[in-house]
Amino acid sequence: MEINSGNELKTPLYDIHIASGGKMVPFAGHLLPVRYESGIIAEHNAVRTAAGSFDVSHMGEIILDGTGAFDTIQNVLTNDFTGLADGGMRYSPMCNNEGGVIDDVIVYRFSADKYMIVVNASNKDKDYAWISSHLSDGTECRDLSPLTAQIALQGPESEVILRAAAGSEADLPVKAYTFTDGVVVAGIECLVSASGYTGEAGYEIYMPPEGVAVVWNALIDSGRDFGLIPCGLGARDTLRLEASMPLYGHELNEDITPFEASLGRYVKMDKPDFIGKGALEGKTEPERIRVGIEVTDKGIAREDCQVFSGDVVIGKTTSGTMCPYIGKAVAMAIIDREFADPGTQLEIDVRGRKLKAVTVKMPFYKKEK
Amino acid sequence: MNNGMMFTKTHEWVRKEGEGVVLAGLSAHAVTEMGDLVFINLPQVGTKVTAGETMADVESVKAVSDVYSPVSGVVAEVNESLADAPEKINEAPYASWIAKIESVEIPEGLMTEEEYEEYLKDI
Repeated sequence: MEINSGNELKTPLYDIHIASGGKMVPFAGHLLPVRYESGIIAEHNAVRTAAGSFDVSHMGEIILDGTGAFDTIQNVLTNDFTGLADGGMRYSPMCNNEGGVIDDVIVYRFSADKYMIVVNASNKDKDYAWISSHLSDGTECRDLSPLTAQIALQGPESEVILRAAAGSEADLPVKAYTFTDGVVVAGIECLVSASGYTGEAGYEIYMPPEGVAVVWNALIDSGRDFGLIPCGLGARDTLRLEASMPLYGHELNEDITPFEASLGRYVKMDKPDFIGKGALEGKTEPERIRVGIEVTDKGIAREDCQVFSGDVVIGKTTSGTMCPYIGKAVAMAIIDREFADPGTQLEIDVRGRKLKAVTVKMPFYKKEK
Repeated sequence: MNNGMMFTKTHEWVRKEGEGVVLAGLSAHAVTEMGDLVFINLPQVGTKVTAGETMADVESVKAVSDVYSPVSGVVAEVNESLADAPEKINEAPYASWIAKIESVEIPEGLMTEEEYEEYLKDI
């Protein structure tokens, strides 16, 4: 049982989660459901085959506003936001001066002078302090997190469910990584983006906290006939892992560079400058790198297991579980680069038992187009 | 020990199967708390087990949990069918025995079903 400090915030959906049989756990300063009565496997598979709804109100939202907003983003983030259109989104690591990852974030562009940065709940205070202390002239920075709730609606039936709740005429974003502001869902004005953290099509829906219960209930009601069930943090973790998406605090931290985390394509070394660029010069081909591993023996590798080639420790796992949809025990690990090629035979020490494993190409699961 | 099921504070059940022989498994409460089980590491037949010490481990999607032996003795048989279908423990925890233990010594402090129900109310 995790320690509950007693100071966790309840999201506006707390009472609904309790009434729906949510098993609540403390996570990143919030009380959130780890699962509902149907269980993690059913929730996971609902997202792969139908739809699931997640309360992700704990996520952080930081607004950058003003003539310096673009310069600020270009400086504090490693990706290049040139060419990002209004209504577009882009993923990026945010690095410290040593090239370690402070957080991984998603930028929403409202206009040339206004952006929203969505950050991990566990990092939002640290991120806000970091960004605030690196503002280019003419930038205003606001933490909108307390004024913003978020629901993720994920899975192949997401569009039909959201249309049923928002009306067939609703102007929903079509292309992945785009968003529409002002979509009215069950009478509540929402920002809706075509995005998520599961490897499925779906939406992330932002709204004021006082409106989130109405939207949640509308999605549950209109989704019932399409197989939608509410999903907790447990399924969120197994889904992102099955889709090989990194999670801050596991595959990413301040001592891991984006190149080591296999996120080099989000680091634009040809940008004139950004925080961490100097430290990352010459490190684009790192000695250790994140890989996907499939456990071939019976058993499950979790995070922080040592990875062996013969008797030599070559790295450690950063996440691992039994992935319900693909039905395989998989892990991600950061290991010496020479063992990273797919098909390399390894062993993972799981509580004193050495399990046979093999490196595989990521993602473990990719949805059919 | 009477012929009914007895429980440990660590949520295992034990049931008399013959003279000096018991079956042991996980309580419904334990299984509900853990959620969907996806793996079990069964003990080896012939292993000496000690009451209160780890005899097996089970894994849910989320986490691994130890299974403590409710009694001291020797593992006479394990329920191999659970290796390929650990979800049976979720579906029928009291039918899904994990180990048959013989030459059993029953420790102090096992609870009857009623006592266990009371114990669950306090945790």
